[in-house]
Amino acid sequence: MKNDKAKIKTIKVDYLARVEGEGALYIKIKGHTVTDVKFKIFEPPRFFEAFLRGRSFCEAPDITARICGICPVAYQMSSSHAMEDAFGIRVDGQLRALRRLLYCGEWIESHALHVYLLHAPDFFGYDDAIQMAKDYPDIVQRGLQLKKTGNEVVILIGGREIHPINVRVGGFYKALTKQELNTLTEKLKRARDIALEAVRWTAEFDYPDFEQDYEFVSLRHPDEYPFNEGKLISNKGLDISVHEYDNHFIEEQVAYTNALHSKLKERGAYFVGPLARFNLNFDRLSPLAKEAAHSAGLSPVCRNPFKSIIVRSVEMVYACDEALRIIGQYEKPEIPAIPFQPIAGTGYGCTEAPRGILYHRYRIDDNGRILDAKIVPPTSQNQKTIENDLWQFIPKYLDLPSEKLKYDCEKAIRNYDPCISCATHFLKLTIDRE
Amino acid sequence: MSFVTIRAHSWLNSYKITMAQKRKPKLAVWKFASCDGCQLTILDCEDELLTLADKVDISVFLEASRTVKKGPYDISLAEGSITTQHDAERIKKIRKVSKLLIGLGACASAGGIQSLRNFTDVKDFISAVYPSPEYIETLDTSTPFSRHVHVDYELQGCPINKHQLLDVISAFLHGRKPNTTSYSVCIECKRRGNVCVMVAHGIPCMGPVTHAGCSALCPTYNRGCYGCYGPKETPNTASLSSWFKRLGVNEADLVRYFRSYYGNSEHFYKESKIHTKKRD
Repeated sequence: MKNDKAKIKTIKVDYLARVEGEGALYIKIKGHTVTDVKFKIFEPPRFFEAFLRGRSFCEAPDITARICGICPVAYQMSSSHAMEDAFGIRVDGQLRALRRLLYCGEWIESHALHVYLLHAPDFFGYDDAIQMAKDYPDIVQRGLQLKKTGNEVVILIGGREIHPINVRVGGFYKALTKQELNTLTEKLKRARDIALEAVRWTAEFDYPDFEQDYEFVSLRHPDEYPFNEGKLISNKGLDISVHEYDNHFIEEQVAYTNALHSKLKERGAYFVGPLARFNLNFDRLSPLAKEAAHSAGLSPVCRNPFKSIIVRSVEMVYACDEALRIIGQYEKPEIPAIPFQPIAGTGYGCTEAPRGILYHRYRIDDNGRILDAKIVPPTSQNQKTIENDLWQFIPKYLDLPSEKLKYDCEKAIRNYDPCISCATHFLKLTIDRE
Repeated sequence: MSFVTIRAHSWLNSYKITMAQKRKPKLAVWKFASCDGCQLTILDCEDELLTLADKVDISVFLEASRTVKKGPYDISLAEGSITTQHDAERIKKIRKVSKLLIGLGACASAGGIQSLRNFTDVKDFISAVYPSPEYIETLDTSTPFSRHVHVDYELQGCPINKHQLLDVISAFLHGRKPNTTSYSVCIECKRRGNVCVMVAHGIPCMGPVTHAGCSALCPTYNRGCYGCYGPKETPNTASLSSWFKRLGVNEADLVRYFRSYYGNSEHFYKESKIHTKKRD
């Protein structure tokens, strides 16, 4: 026994950096075989689903925004859509367009944060973007500029960039004027140019030869690249309405993580986020975004998760394009929100957070109080796929020095832009080698 | 339940130590139970981030960097609340290696939204969310850092305001007191020239008892303040409650107004308790 232990080589990363939240990774290697991979999320649980019980339906967008400071708009949108579904109302026209514009802002700021500040340093071997800025000041500055524009969209429509205050069930507290939105036009045009540069820049990165046969899951809308709504589809036969989510997806609790693992009942692990959306909705991208993808040598189906960084850049081009289209066609709606009366019932909502589908389900009583809530964030859905990637990825690179292998594993996890605050609502890496 | 009020009394003393040194001050950013929003506020300083990185040595900031330099640190910024035994011990270790410990946001200064567990049995919460509650390790309460260690300064808000954050860091670097004010959202509303949503439209608004810092955002967007910057100094919560009742707010809803992002702060906690008793 003692001899066996002496052979174990242990590599530790107590806290995975450049992700949101606290998680760990445990990898065990015996000789040339990987024997265990555990992606652990040990962010303390915060019990949102529990304390939403008894709160008013109208508080859900503000409270659920607090699950995540990185993508609060997604929580506000999914919760509002679910409540509207329960009450039988539909937000349409310019109010819907304004919601879509708010979503464009969140995609731009969140993707720019991930592409430039969190993920790109991996491809150059820097510890962070601040170090990278010493050698590539212009690139990092432009990334910050792009991120700022995304935030400016969210600030104007939502009131502030983190936990916006203007979103409500039925629409907004205040509808913006055309003149106010026009202040964003020139900034968004500049942002679109930076996003196009981002596609060209990221396309030249050195990508590992790593492709897997994933089941990609995303929303699909009849005529739009999906943000707010659509059917849930996959490349392996899933084609359901959001109401049927609970019949096809299950959540499992495993002992080593505070986040529930989500699986497709029929087939197990699946992949949500930018790569899934791109593969399943390429035809819905704007012509400029399609052209940018093609010139980067990217077309569906892309099965290399490391190329998610190019896809995020393509989605930033799209989000800038879409924001400009919305602003161009915008007329201030007559009322900021459509009137309604809360009624007892169950409502379902699913929207595309920057990291993938975010599902909410609420049961409401006659007084508009929440009886129970279910929230399934994208990172909890990607957990199994992240683990599967590592099972497949590590054996190819076992001969690498431990420090390099550790770095590459972290990079593979960051492909998913995991948001651990969301999933529990952090990463510790231990590699045991025998 | 006891509460600790934070004052910036040790601030100037800490500054003296810092200004005497020639090296860049070491800055560390830590996370406890939270949404990451207050840390993200640092990265949201897009125009100032690289300048800030020039002025201080960012020694720990896991959300943004793999670099982890050893302490001691001149200034530690920490977000989140204490909800596990592990974290209760971690904040003590961070306190020991930090000259100045600054709590960021509602979680750090009052326990945050997750402190709603303090009003009930946490076991009910665990079994509501997790099918196998025995795997989950958590404390019965979510508490601010000040319940565990000495905190030098707290910046309020859910989330904090980035201009205030830069001011607090700059105050440290230049040896002055931070310019955060102690008055209510009402003052900011008047400055913006907003019509009072409560007086003019009968919309319940937490502005009179809520700490300024957001530039009266909610009233500017035609809604009542929901108290996400927490209580101002010496708030008259009883008076606000009687106003709310005149507007037709029932006891149960009144409790909810005080019991949200700052529900575990001294003034809001006490006011909500009064109305819980009345409701029962």
